[in-house]
Amino acid sequence: MEWITALGDLEGLKSGATVYGQGGPWILGLIKVVTFILPYLLIVPILVWWERRLLSWMQDRIGPNMTGTYTFKDGRKFKILWGIPQAFVDGIKIFLKEDITPKAVDKFVYFTAPAVALFPAFALAGVVPWGPKEGIYGLLTPIADVEIGLLYILAVSSLGAYGVVLSGYASNNKYSLMGGLRASAQLISYELAMGVSLACIVLATGSLRITEMVQKQEGDLWGVSQLGVIQNWNIFTPFGFIAAIVFLVALVAETNRAPFDLPEAENELIAGYHTEYSSMKFGVFFMGEYAAMFLLSGVFMCTFVGGYNFLPIDWAQLSQTASLGPAQPIFAFIDQAQYWLAPLGFIAKAFGGVTLFVWLRATLPRLRYDQLMNLGWKQLLPAAVANFIVVGIWLVATRLYGSAGGWIAAIVSYALTYLFFLKFVFKSKTGKPTFETRTVTMVNSPAKKEAS
Amino acid sequence: MTGGMLGFVIVGIIAFISAFFVVKSEDPVRSAIGLVVNFLAIAVAYFMLGAEFLGITQVMVYAGAIMVLFLFVVMILKLGSRDKVVDRAPLQRTAAIMLGIALLAMVMSAVIGADGAVASSVEVGPDFGKPQTIGKVLFTAYVWPFLLASILLLVGVVGSILLAKRKG
Repeated sequence: MEWITALGDLEGLKSGATVYGQGGPWILGLIKVVTFILPYLLIVPILVWWERRLLSWMQDRIGPNMTGTYTFKDGRKFKILWGIPQAFVDGIKIFLKEDITPKAVDKFVYFTAPAVALFPAFALAGVVPWGPKEGIYGLLTPIADVEIGLLYILAVSSLGAYGVVLSGYASNNKYSLMGGLRASAQLISYELAMGVSLACIVLATGSLRITEMVQKQEGDLWGVSQLGVIQNWNIFTPFGFIAAIVFLVALVAETNRAPFDLPEAENELIAGYHTEYSSMKFGVFFMGEYAAMFLLSGVFMCTFVGGYNFLPIDWAQLSQTASLGPAQPIFAFIDQAQYWLAPLGFIAKAFGGVTLFVWLRATLPRLRYDQLMNLGWKQLLPAAVANFIVVGIWLVATRLYGSAGGWIAAIVSYALTYLFFLKFVFKSKTGKPTFETRTVTMVNSPAKKEAS
Repeated sequence: MTGGMLGFVIVGIIAFISAFFVVKSEDPVRSAIGLVVNFLAIAVAYFMLGAEFLGITQVMVYAGAIMVLFLFVVMILKLGSRDKVVDRAPLQRTAAIMLGIALLAMVMSAVIGADGAVASSVEVGPDFGKPQTIGKVLFTAYVWPFLLASILLLVGVVGSILLAKRKG
């Protein structure tokens, strides 16, 4: 039991100087995994409920709000948590449903595929930090602070293609196979744009470690010390903003969410690669999708939007510079609260990302296959690569001529790239416009009718 | 047996079985799956040797991209039918065995020194396997091979576009 006393010496533990004693490290590992992987599993029903409620609100419906309502004898009603139990009840239902295995499936692949689909979502969770590096959080999270964090994320998320491809193949069904093939083509295409957009951030940070990326974003805004009160989140910088948009679009495609849900397009492919899966085997796919959604939006938050810091404000510096008397302790208190509530901040921000996903689903119609490929290869990838080159120029110019020189070089090269894009990339040789625009004229506009 | 050795033995057995599965399986999709497992096992072996960057590149490039394309092609070519693979070139097996022996001899010659003793461990610096180290080496000592490889890849990309381009 020496390891319990050893846990008290945080700095020693992190530097590896403290001796754990028997069984220390693996118990610590278990604690880490249970504390920071289990939430991904538990959050899935809440995400499902959140999506359904939000979607119905956006579509002017009510959504699941009744489950868990308790009616007293005198007619009063008590609602538990706005219908959240619905998601848990659905989970129980999916567990208890009859499990059907079609006769023609390739049994080995058929049963492996759901596990393969679930694996990346949870394997990714290992490198995402939920709290600052200092103190107790540095010991617990991320589970593995590896040197190659971002590459790990790209590598493991690229394994996600196998789940859908194999399930599509194993189903031995034309439509499912089509879904699987579409999925693999889509995932491979968007992985490139995703990788290059992340490479911009790697270049700017100078490290592949995710914890270091978050720490770098806590610095002064644009490197100007007068703006030090605001944190330098990557999304506030021009290169980071472009990379963030590319990454976000690629993220939606990677998780097979609308408007990129071609692999499972219901009206053409009968629920895509999971047509032949029933009961919990389908549930596993479902869970994997939602866990990946939550986790990848967490990755987005870590790389672009400042990680576990809830607001882009450096409270510690604010409390030091604040001239007002009572403001100082308040800011210091908020700084402390920000530290201790860091995991909550992370969850809230990842939830924000999921909300964005749902919003996109409610807003945009599904893309056609050729539109999907055009967007990925002809627009996102060139934009990401151009951005990458500009970041390189920026960094070199900053190193040679100082901060002002860097900005000038960046603006000039952005302008040049934009002109280049206008002349060559956005203009197609066949005369057809690369950006397809379609307009719908409302003939019987209901709003107009009411007005007249 | 130390923990590292035990891990290596487990990974080696997995790699061996999956490699065997690749060759012996009659269904090309299953062969491809076996190859993926093999790549992953080798990546784990790289991790255990401290070469994190190499391992993750293995996963990303081979398991994540190339094998997905492999599966993709196999599926497109085999839409619907499940034929067994037939060995149409009988000499292939003999050639493969001989090449395998040659590879084994090469690896053995690297492990066993001139005096016949097996090199048990190699001293490495603290920067071993770090992405920064690899990047530095790649852009200084090996910059020409690196550039040649990139030109080769570029030629491949241009060639594939040329082949896929619509006529007229």
